[in-house]
Amino acid sequence: MEKFLLAFLVGGGICVIGQIMMDVFKLTPAHTMCTLVVIGAILGGFNLYDPLIKFAGAGASVPISSFGNSLVKGALFEAERDGAIGVITGIFEITSAGISAAIIFGFLGALLFKPKG
Amino acid sequence: MLQGNQTWVYDSRPLIKVSAAVGGPFEAEGALAQDFDMLFKDIWLGQDSFEKAEKELLEQVCEIAIRKAGLRKTDIQFLLCGDLMNQIISSSFAARTLGIPFLGLYGACSSSMEGLALAALLVDTGFAKNALTATSSHNSAAEKQYRYPTEYGVQKPPSAQWTVTGAGAAILVPEGDGPRVTAATIGRIVDMGISDPLNMGSAMAPAAIDTIEAHFRDLGRDPAYYDLIATGDLGRVGHRIANEILNNHGVKIPQGRFTDCGLLIYNQDQPVFSGASGCACSATVTYGHFLNRMRKGELHRILIVATGALLSPLSYQQKESIPGIAHAVAIEM
Repeated sequence: MEKFLLAFLVGGGICVIGQIMMDVFKLTPAHTMCTLVVIGAILGGFNLYDPLIKFAGAGASVPISSFGNSLVKGALFEAERDGAIGVITGIFEITSAGISAAIIFGFLGALLFKPKG
Repeated sequence: MLQGNQTWVYDSRPLIKVSAAVGGPFEAEGALAQDFDMLFKDIWLGQDSFEKAEKELLEQVCEIAIRKAGLRKTDIQFLLCGDLMNQIISSSFAARTLGIPFLGLYGACSSSMEGLALAALLVDTGFAKNALTATSSHNSAAEKQYRYPTEYGVQKPPSAQWTVTGAGAAILVPEGDGPRVTAATIGRIVDMGISDPLNMGSAMAPAAIDTIEAHFRDLGRDPAYYDLIATGDLGRVGHRIANEILNNHGVKIPQGRFTDCGLLIYNQDQPVFSGASGCACSATVTYGHFLNRMRKGELHRILIVATGALLSPLSYQQKESIPGIAHAVAIEM
């Protein structure tokens, strides 16, 4: 039960930060999303995001900031193995499932519905 | 002729021979549904894009107006049209179909009264025996152009407004019985530095008041002269600001005679945030609802102050503020 509560509080907290960025600082949704991705990437670079996922589970792994963390982790992992070229090939290593899912489900949605207003 | 700084008084008082309004499915559920000549069930109007649907709205309203006047397209001498699309394509492409000598107008949502003021001028000066003026807007086409893709489902603040899907038209002639255009005040741009396109009521309210005050100053008229003074699309947020400015300036409009088209067209339970907006807002409410009430004898003198937010997606990207404008037209029985 405690796990659910922590996930709710941390995940909800990240969403509150996003909402404040839009409502108070008048950032566009795109700016808000990119900022959260960059924050996740920076935290990931300092090895701070994984402890957060350990602490809050899906509360930290589902929000978009986790995507930034994954980008950096993939780059660092392959950089260690393959050197400089690994930075480029590694970026989408861990995130490929998410990106492919977006493309495939987007495609399936577009087959069934009019995709563009 | 010119009176004061910026007001035209039409000596011959051109007649609004007919007027027409069309709307979409959301307007059909609104408070003024019975004042529309035609309401479309399909937001696409059978077209394959929202932009083409808007052009269709404009064509339909012009054809209905011409038919109601007992005229043919070839009888109409000049067409004055405006809309919200880039390069006013709805107007130009509707004019392509109609084949009437055409003047395109852009005053954002103030285009309705800009068109009526100019059409009345053409008829008043004898430069035209008749003139057709119309404006249109389409909710989804405007959302796409000014805000976010419609399929994106972006969050909106309470100050946002709902663009009316519809079009309004009027045909002016020199003589006959009915509502007449007696005066028009051309507004100047007032920009108070507001840059949020989801808060246009606040950006336009000062311009509306500037024009209203100029109208009374130029004509030496008291606000009580009119049964009704209606701004175009300030919405709840802008209307409240307009009332505050009027109070501060000591302008007293009798209780219940100051309203906003954007507050009238929809029902309370429709989710339109601060109210309605768009070229079609003041056009459909004036050419439908208000003129119907005048013809029934419920209103005798009205002043319509169509408000426009002259921003564009380009100006927004350059972090420019929103220039507001308002044109006022007096219609009397």
